[in-house]
Amino acid sequence: MISIIDCQMGNIGSIVNIIKHIGCEAQVISSPEEVLNAEKLIFPGVGHWDNGVEMLNKSGLKPAIIKAVNDLNIPLMGICLGMQLLFESSDEGSKPGLGLIPGHVKKFDFDELPYELLSGPNRLRIPHMGWNEVKSTEKNDGVFNLSGEDLSFYFVHSYHASGVPKEFQLLTCHYGYDFVCGVNKNNVWGFQFHPEKSHKFGMQLFKKFAGIS
Amino acid sequence: MLRKRVMPALLLDGQGLVKTVKFKDPIYIGDAINSCRIYNQMEVDELVLFDIRASTRNLPIQFELVQQVVSECFMPICYGGGVKNLSDFRKLFYLGVEKVSVSSLIFENPQVIKDAIQIYGAQSIIATLDISSSFFRKSKQIYLYNGRKRIRKPLDEVLLLLKELGVGEVIINNIEREGTWEGFDCNLVKFFADNLSVPVVALGGAGTKEDIKKVVNEGHASAVAIGSMAVFQSKGMGVLIKFPKLKELKELLGNK
Repeated sequence: MISIIDCQMGNIGSIVNIIKHIGCEAQVISSPEEVLNAEKLIFPGVGHWDNGVEMLNKSGLKPAIIKAVNDLNIPLMGICLGMQLLFESSDEGSKPGLGLIPGHVKKFDFDELPYELLSGPNRLRIPHMGWNEVKSTEKNDGVFNLSGEDLSFYFVHSYHASGVPKEFQLLTCHYGYDFVCGVNKNNVWGFQFHPEKSHKFGMQLFKKFAGIS
Repeated sequence: MLRKRVMPALLLDGQGLVKTVKFKDPIYIGDAINSCRIYNQMEVDELVLFDIRASTRNLPIQFELVQQVVSECFMPICYGGGVKNLSDFRKLFYLGVEKVSVSSLIFENPQVIKDAIQIYGAQSIIATLDISSSFFRKSKQIYLYNGRKRIRKPLDEVLLLLKELGVGEVIINNIEREGTWEGFDCNLVKFFADNLSVPVVALGGAGTKEDIKKVVNEGHASAVAIGSMAVFQSKGMGVLIKFPKLKELKELLGNK
């Protein structure tokens, strides 16, 4: 049973759908007690950083998630803002994140890039929206070693992880420059893209998460 | 590198899909849920669904139907039609819709859009503009309610309004091209793409793969939505749910 944490930050319906589609059980939870009793946790989220932090604090979920991960060793996967909130801080807001993985979240910054990437048909727009290729790092030899031709996922975001120590980097993507889009530290995983919106590649990822014991 | 997205744009009329020409003469295509299931199997980049009746006849959003579509589609779904208040946004996102498209709301109740952006983020709120030359003047103007109501605002002003609202993406549809297979209005798309920093999706007029390429290269579109090409064998021919293969599109658009 995979428990999806509902912080009222975006569409959990699609995550429930894809988990059921690959033949696993999913439930939506929202209380700290349910987090502590979960077998596996998915922490999704879209929207504003400070809004996310506030939801975590108000609901009492923050200490529960930290305890579930650090003391109870429950596997946790953060998606999109849910991944960003695993880090310590963000340019988007002033409040501290969960701090489960070292790193900071910053806005895409294209100031240093050549002019042809800032105008015309190949202009880099923000948000980074659409299907982009994802590459595994050397560290990625474990459960999330995804495979397949044109390994691509659906992204929608304006901020990305930075300053993540190499040993925690799992996947990278290129948009103007390389950035980290998949992270792992012990039993915590985070993905910037939306596996629930990424057809067969997303299914593969959820199957891998479901297979962790 | 980031792929230029190509997506079917489907028109919902009751439980079924239809295809119009210049917003008129709807032809029945088929059951909406079945059709969307086929596009999902084809692994299309994204899917746009406009309920053309909800907006014009003031009918409620068909949440159950949207839910059925979304539960079987594992790509982003954009829904538009009859969205009026925050509760509509909340329900649609809860069902698993990725993006909600607004048109008349931009001009009639922009505050709701601002509130929705505050809660759900700009990336999930899309503005769709249906544009046509007005009968008496040459200038292009926005039409609401499936072409029934004209907004007397120059496009420059509309551009500023979109920036002020802060929507995450804009779909530009030329009504005069819709369903004609005659190619996109590249100048119109380019006007919005060059003046906005968010992605612009071209809609209305796709007839060939070359048209798709042209609106990306010359119109600077970040994504392309196709209607007739996705539901008919060819112009004037029978219904066929189809879509260009990812490999073909990658070659066409130079995405490697």
